[in-house]
Amino acid sequence: MDKLDNQQLLAQLQQHFAEGIIRYEEPYGLLTIHTKKELILDILRFLKDTAGFIYLTDITAVHYPERENTFEIVYHVHNLVENVRIRIKVSIPVNEPTIPSATAVWAGANWMERETYDFFGVEFEGHPDLRRILNMDELDVFPMRREYPLEDPNRVDKRDFYFGR
Amino acid sequence: MSQITLADRPPGVEGSGFFATTLDKAVGLARANSLWPLPFATSCCGIEFMATMGSTYDLARFGAERPSFSPRQADMLLVMGTIAKKMAPVLKQVYIQMAEPRWVIAVGACASSGGIFDTYSVLQGIDEIIPVDVYVPGCPPRPEAILDGVMRLQDIVKSESLNRRNTPEYKALLEKYGIATDNG
Amino acid sequence: MSKPITELTSNRPVFEEHDPEEELTTLNLGPTHPATHGVFQNVLQIDGERIVSGVSTIGYIHRAFEKIAEHRPFYQITPLTDRLNYCSAPINNMGWHMTVEKLLEIEIPKRVQYMRVIVMELARIADHIICNGILGVDTGAFSGFLYLMQEREFIYEIFEEICGARLTTNIGRIGGFERDFNEVAFSKIEAFIKRFPPVLSEFQELFTRNRIFIERTSNVAAVIPEQALDYSWSGPILRATGVDYDVRVQSPYCSYEEFDFDVPVGTNGDVYDRFMVRNEEMWQSMRIIEQALQKIEKEPKGVFHADVPEFYLPPKEQVYTNMEALIYHFKIVMGEWETPKSEVYHAVEGANGELGFYLIHDGGRTPYRLHFRRPSFINYQMFAPMSSGMLISDAIINMSSLNVIAGELDA
Repeated sequence: MDKLDNQQLLAQLQQHFAEGIIRYEEPYGLLTIHTKKELILDILRFLKDTAGFIYLTDITAVHYPERENTFEIVYHVHNLVENVRIRIKVSIPVNEPTIPSATAVWAGANWMERETYDFFGVEFEGHPDLRRILNMDELDVFPMRREYPLEDPNRVDKRDFYFGR
Repeated sequence: MSQITLADRPPGVEGSGFFATTLDKAVGLARANSLWPLPFATSCCGIEFMATMGSTYDLARFGAERPSFSPRQADMLLVMGTIAKKMAPVLKQVYIQMAEPRWVIAVGACASSGGIFDTYSVLQGIDEIIPVDVYVPGCPPRPEAILDGVMRLQDIVKSESLNRRNTPEYKALLEKYGIATDNG
Repeated sequence: MSKPITELTSNRPVFEEHDPEEELTTLNLGPTHPATHGVFQNVLQIDGERIVSGVSTIGYIHRAFEKIAEHRPFYQITPLTDRLNYCSAPINNMGWHMTVEKLLEIEIPKRVQYMRVIVMELARIADHIICNGILGVDTGAFSGFLYLMQEREFIYEIFEEICGARLTTNIGRIGGFERDFNEVAFSKIEAFIKRFPPVLSEFQELFTRNRIFIERTSNVAAVIPEQALDYSWSGPILRATGVDYDVRVQSPYCSYEEFDFDVPVGTNGDVYDRFMVRNEEMWQSMRIIEQALQKIEKEPKGVFHADVPEFYLPPKEQVYTNMEALIYHFKIVMGEWETPKSEVYHAVEGANGELGFYLIHDGGRTPYRLHFRRPSFINYQMFAPMSSGMLISDAIINMSSLNVIAGELDA
């Protein structure tokens, strides 16, 4: 059997989801496709069941405040047999940050999505238990959004005066 | 035969057949050499504490043979590692559960001041929620440094007056942290 | 109209309503429990000693690494990676350096790669020493822990010789190491290779055929490969289920493809298999270190970093005397690098599994976004579901065999 390479994989995906693959790139040899959120579950299922990408490496999000679709949800999926990785990206707007949950495909997506929700406020539809995971339940912001500061704004002991500012 | 070194006797008056010293000093000597530690280990410093307890450094030489994991039977709370704001109430609860006299060592930069983690989720030093007796610097401190911290605490314990825990100053200190005093 | 029957009989004694045999107890295990080796909270519903269900709460040392990383230049992120899995900090350091080098397309000299391999494998041994030693403690055998901890001190002495720190090493720089290994370091590594195998054999003899240990661990928390892959497990615990996924072999970094070593796999995926896999990995790490030492001999001496002056800080004494060095120093410290706007994912085989760094760079001074794929975080999520039906004592040793490191779990 030939080794699966990025071109074949891309051809397969384009054949199945013609319109769904909005664009693609290959930074540092890792095939990255951009798709729509309606198709994400179908693509993940196709990758898992047909293309042999049985291993979900990671789910995370990136916040681009200046873009129209603010959040980019990034999935890394790995075909362990062929040793090919693929990165899938979905852009969603800030006023409606929802995306179908990948827990239907991989049980391991559970905490990865909870973490993403915790940090960015992305709602994963169909997630069994979408709660904050790392931060305190009382926190009312999503701290990894870029508008929130790193340091605790309520600190009183850190005056600029002490730092010569 | 093992070689046993005896702790130095406190200063006092000595004559044939008797030795007199103050009760403070005798009790302080006993307390200082049988500090039962409560390791409250959250992160990296806890691993160094493991080395401190382990065979090479052996904290037991200083009378801290028995790490007590129950706050009720511990004298010395060793807070090792970052205390996140989520953890802060737990730490305070553990401190409240300890019986008097109780001492606290903040081991490492995180416990002392928040360390390199000046973020929204990290408590900037445990002295924001409980009183601390000894601070051990380092990120993480070496086992020798932790041992030194324990020895500094021994010095404090030796010289502590028996009445200190009943003084208004001490009660005011605890009240500042919002901790209720037992006998007040 | 007569009163409904229920209201008439509502005055009966309470104990008839409940069957005490069916009542469940709620047990709050953690967040500061001596048996959990870290700050993990599990609220368990127990029936006698058997766990019916559990809910894990994590985040008790959440330190916002990813947020900090967005505010730090690349070389200042290394100290953060130390504090992820602090039991094997050098692997994290190297993983981060390699991620940046991949982004910047820096070619690393062979000798530096072998030096990195040595450091990483020593760190792996140190990590497995803790995990297996603690597993012994949890099953009631304290002595094995003490034997191994003494050896771990020797590994720390080697690290100390190389970089000056024991635990959170901050070892290496982008492009290589900040100084060469000295003679003492090499002789300490060689001494360690000689002294460690007898201790490890002795440790193994204490456990592998020990009836008590086998009864406590065998068939406890057995996981089938499908389930493990479904939960995205990686590292020794995945290999214990029989899946031979090791990043060092699958996508070799740091010239791992040149080394001759085996990937041990288990069959049952239970605690005993995980123990055996970790033990065997220590032997394999010893093999790798021996080979790396031989390979270093053949390389030109004195090379300890790549020749990339625009990314590698010049020696301080040159900064004061040499114009060029001063310019580079200034550019690096002020963040005026020419860096590509791109994104890169790099994974290394951490002691607990696939440790991934997903770096998005927009050409600025700091990463636009840095995400750590932390194996402990992903491995640990199966703990609560797999605990149901288990005895509490089994759940405890299951937790220590997962080797979840709180720093890596909570980031």
